[in-house]
Amino acid sequence: MSKLHRRTVLRGMLGGSAITVGLPFLDCFLNSNGDALAATGASLPPVFGTWFQHLGLNPGMWEPETVGPNFKNNIQLEVLNPFRDRLNIYSGMKYFIEGKPLQTHTTGSQIAMTGEIPFGTSGGPSLDSSIADVIGRRTRFRSLEVSFSGTRDSYSQRSGTSINPSEGSPAAMYQRIFGPDFKDPNAAEFTPDPHTMARKSVLSAVSEHVKGVMNNVGANDRARLDEYFTSIRQIEQQLAIELEKPAPLEACSMPPSPEEAPPGTVLEDAATNAKLFGGLLAYAAACGQTQVFNIMVDSMALRKRGSAYTWHMATHEESVDDQLGYQKGVFEFNEWANTIFAEFLGTLENVKEGDGSVLDRTLVLWLTDHSDARVHGLEKVPVMTVGNGGGRIKTGMHVSAPGDPVTRVGLTVQQAMGVPVNTWGVDGNETSNTISEIMV
Amino acid sequence: MPQSKSVRLASVAVAALTFVATLSVTALVVSPAASVEAGGASPQTFTRRLTPDQYKTIIADVFGKDIRIGGRFDPGLRVDGLLEVGAGEVSVSATGMEQYDAMARSIANQIIDDKHRRLLISCEPKANDKPDAECATQFLGTVGKLLFRRPLTSEELNLHVEAAAAAALVEKDFYKGLALSLAGMLSQPQFLFRHEVLEADPDRKGAYRLDAYSKASRLSFLLWNSGPDERLLEAAENGEMSTQKGLTRQVERMVRSPRLASGVRAFFSDMFHFDQFDGLIKDTQIYPKFSSQVAVDSRDQTLRTVVDHLLVRKGDYRDIFTTKKTFMTKALAAVYKVPFGMNLPNGSPDAWMPYEFSEDDPRAGILTHISFVALHSHPGRSSPTLRGKALREIMLCQKVPSPPGDVDFTLVQDTASEEYKTARARLTAHSTEPACAGCHKITDPIGLALENFNGGGEWQTTENGATIDTSGALDGVSFSGGEGLGEAVRNNDAVASCLVNRMAAYALGKKPGPVKSQWVSVLESKFADSGYLVQDLMKEIAVSPELFRVSSSNLDELTMLMPRHRPDKEGE
Repeated sequence: MSKLHRRTVLRGMLGGSAITVGLPFLDCFLNSNGDALAATGASLPPVFGTWFQHLGLNPGMWEPETVGPNFKNNIQLEVLNPFRDRLNIYSGMKYFIEGKPLQTHTTGSQIAMTGEIPFGTSGGPSLDSSIADVIGRRTRFRSLEVSFSGTRDSYSQRSGTSINPSEGSPAAMYQRIFGPDFKDPNAAEFTPDPHTMARKSVLSAVSEHVKGVMNNVGANDRARLDEYFTSIRQIEQQLAIELEKPAPLEACSMPPSPEEAPPGTVLEDAATNAKLFGGLLAYAAACGQTQVFNIMVDSMALRKRGSAYTWHMATHEESVDDQLGYQKGVFEFNEWANTIFAEFLGTLENVKEGDGSVLDRTLVLWLTDHSDARVHGLEKVPVMTVGNGGGRIKTGMHVSAPGDPVTRVGLTVQQAMGVPVNTWGVDGNETSNTISEIMV
Repeated sequence: MPQSKSVRLASVAVAALTFVATLSVTALVVSPAASVEAGGASPQTFTRRLTPDQYKTIIADVFGKDIRIGGRFDPGLRVDGLLEVGAGEVSVSATGMEQYDAMARSIANQIIDDKHRRLLISCEPKANDKPDAECATQFLGTVGKLLFRRPLTSEELNLHVEAAAAAALVEKDFYKGLALSLAGMLSQPQFLFRHEVLEADPDRKGAYRLDAYSKASRLSFLLWNSGPDERLLEAAENGEMSTQKGLTRQVERMVRSPRLASGVRAFFSDMFHFDQFDGLIKDTQIYPKFSSQVAVDSRDQTLRTVVDHLLVRKGDYRDIFTTKKTFMTKALAAVYKVPFGMNLPNGSPDAWMPYEFSEDDPRAGILTHISFVALHSHPGRSSPTLRGKALREIMLCQKVPSPPGDVDFTLVQDTASEEYKTARARLTAHSTEPACAGCHKITDPIGLALENFNGGGEWQTTENGATIDTSGALDGVSFSGGEGLGEAVRNNDAVASCLVNRMAAYALGKKPGPVKSQWVSVLESKFADSGYLVQDLMKEIAVSPELFRVSSSNLDELTMLMPRHRPDKEGE
C-alpha cells in the first residue's frame, strides 16, 4: 500500500516538475527509479542486445596491450573505463569471404549477425533472433530494433526475407512500448480489456483458418508464408500477454513521452536520439516488455552539422596523420560513438532493480563491419561484449584470437543465452570453437 | 435469404473512383479456380507483397480517398533493380505485422464511424448492439472480393461473418464487431500478398498459366498499380479473361483509363529508385534551399514530366533525357533559379505550373533534374561516381561492381591537398590506382559531365575556386555538360532495351529468365517499331499470353542470385 502511494507521488512529480524545469530526458527517467526487489522474489530474466556500429575503430588504438584479465583499455576505449570489469574485448578475429563478392560495409555486417554471406534473400536468422526465440518468448515484444539516424535499416532478421526493421523515431517507439496498449505491471487492479479479447478472438479464428486456404504454394512461398504466420502469432501472443495480469516489477515506471526528435543525421541529433532510445530500452526491459534489443548506430552517413564530410567519407578520404599515425577525424567520430555507447551502458546501470541494475542482467554485443574502414579491412576486426547477462559469462577479459572467425563470439554468446547451438556460421565463418576463457 | 443489392463503396468526394458492386451475395460463393491436378511436380505459385503504394491505392479505391492510413510499412527490398521484384521475395516481420494490424484497425474504425458508415455500409443491422449475419455477410462479401481480388470462398465468408458476430457479442456493438472482422481481413495474407493461382494451360500440355483472377490482378497492378476493379473481376468470373479477345478488350479499357497514369508513375518511381527520397538528407547549411518541400516536389516533378511526355504527348521514351518541358513549383524554381510567375494568395498549397527550360538554360532532360543530381549525391557534396553508377544501373541496366576490399583510397583521394580542387582532379587520381581505375572508368566520365549541378541540385561553375570542366564520355561518345550527356544517353542502344527489360520484370515480378528473354526481345523490336511509345509497350505486355504463362521448368522463374546489396550505404 505504501508503495503504491509512493508511486503515485512520483508520477505526479513527473507530470509537473520534470517537464517544466526542462531536465534532460534521461534525468526524468532516473528520478523515477524504484529500489525494491522484484515483487515476485524470483531472479529477473536476462536481457540481450546488439550494438551495431559501422566503420570499425582506428587500428592500434583500441586493442589492449595485455591479454587476459586486468587489461588496461587502449586510448580509443578509455571512455569505457567505468565498465572495464564488465567489458570483454576480442581482438585478432576476422571475417572470411573466401572469394565471394565483397559488398563493402555489408558483407562483414552480415557475417557478424548471421554467420554467413547471403546470396539474394537466402540467409538464416540473425543471432539476436535465435536468442529471442529462447529468452524473449514471454515478453510483449520478442525484440525491439532502433536506429539513431532515423533509418529503417537493420541487420536483425528472422531470415533473409523477413528483416526486422529499425525504428528511427523515439516518439514512435515510445508509443509502441508505452502507448495505450501498455499494461503497468504495478497497477493495483487489472481488468482484461474486452476489446483486446475481441481482437484476439478475431485474429486467432482468421489466422487459424488461413493456413488451410493458402495451400498450393511452392516451397519458396511456403517459407515466406510461414514467416508471415510467425509474425501473426507474435501479435496474438502480444494480445494474450495484454490480457493477463502482469507480474509486478518494482523497477518499472512509465517514462515520460519524448517529444518528436529530428532524425539523427548529424552527431548532435544522433546523440539526442541515442539518449532517448537508451532510456526507452532500459525501461522496456525494466517493465518486462522485451528482453532483446538491437541498436543500429548507422554511422556511415553521420557527420558534423554543416560539414560535407560523412563519417564514411572521412574513413576513405582523410589522410593518416603523419605525427599521430592515425586518421584524426575518424578517431573523433569513433570517440563520439564510444562515448554514446558508454552513456547507453550508464543508462542501463542507472535503472536499479533491487540491489542491482538492468545492466547486471544484460549482455550487449558490440559489432562492426570492418576493422580498418579506410581500406575495407576484414582482418583484426574489433568485437566487444559488455555485461554478463545475469552471470552467464565471465567478464573483464581481453581475448586475443588471431585469425579466428568473428563468429566464435556470436556462437559463445548464443550458447550463453541458452540457444542450443554447437556450430555456427557457414564456410570459413563456421565454428564450433566457443571462447572457453569466458564461459562460466 | 440475402437479396441481390447494389452497394456503393466510396465516399462522395471520389465518385469517379467509386465501384458499384452489383453481384448478388450468393454469387460470391465461388471457390477459386485452383484445380491444379496435372501430373508431375506441383507448379510453383508466386506471391508478391503489396507495396505501400499499392496498399494505399487499394484502400482509396475501395473505401475512398479520405480514409487516412497511418503507420509504417516494412521497407521494401530491391532485387534486380526493382522493388517490385523484391516484393516477390519478402515476407512480413513481427514489427511490420504490428503496423499492418494497427493500420487495419484504424482503417476499419474510420469505415464504421458516423461519417462513413452510411456511405460505405449499405445495409443496416436489425439491432446496433447485436451481431447481424445478413448485413455482415453482405458487407464483408462485397469488400472482401475487392480486397482479396477474387470472390471469397463460402468458408472464408462464413469465417469472417462468424468472427464479426463473436466480436460484436463481446463489444456489444454490431459495427465494432464488423470493424474487427474487416481489420482481420486487411491483415490476412490474401490481402497483403498478391497470391497468384495457377491452372493447367490448355494450349500447352504439362504447362501452367495464371487463373483468370490472377490474370486480372497482374493486369491491374501493372497498368493501375491497384487491385482489379469490379468490371475486371466480372471479366475474370464470366470467362472473358480466358479469351484473347476478351483480354484485349479489358486491356484497351484499362489503358484508356486515367488510372494508367498511376501505373506509369508507380513503375518509374520504382525504376528510378525514388524510394530513396524517403531517407534523403541534405545539409541545410551547405544547401540552404534544399527543403523537405524541394525533396517532395523534385520527385513529383520528374514523374509529372515523364507522365506528360509519355502519356499526354505520346512522346518517344528516349526523349525524356533531352526534353526541356517540365513542371515547376515555387520551391523548385528557387533551386533552378528560374522565374516563377504565379499570383497565388499567400498560404496557397504548392501549385504546379507547366514550365519549359529556355534554350540557353543548361537544363534538359531528367538527368539534369534535382531528382537525379541531388538524389545521387552526398549530404553536402556532389558525387560524379554515385551519379555515374546510378545512370549505368538505373537507366542502362548495367551493373557497376562494388569497390574491392583492402584498397587504400586515401592515397589517391587526399582532399586536403591543394592539388585537387575539383572532383575531377580527385577522381582522375584514381586512374593511377589499377584497383580503382577499372570501375571508376565506367562511372566517372558520365558523372563528371554533371558537375555543374551541385549536391543540392543547384547550378555551379567553380569548385574551390577552380573552373569546373564538364567534358565527359559514354561508351565512346564524347560530350560536354548535362545536355550533352542527355543526348548521348538518349542515343545509347541500352536505354530502350533497359526500359523493356525493367518493364517486363516489373510485370512478371521476376527478372526474365531464358524463356521469357525471347519474349522480351520481341517486345524490344516492337517497342522500336512503335517509335518507343511506352503506352504501346505496356499494352503489348498486357495482352501477351507470355505474361500469364508459367513455365513448367522453374529455370525461367529463378531470380538471379546476387549478394544482397544496400546501395544507399555505398559511397565512392
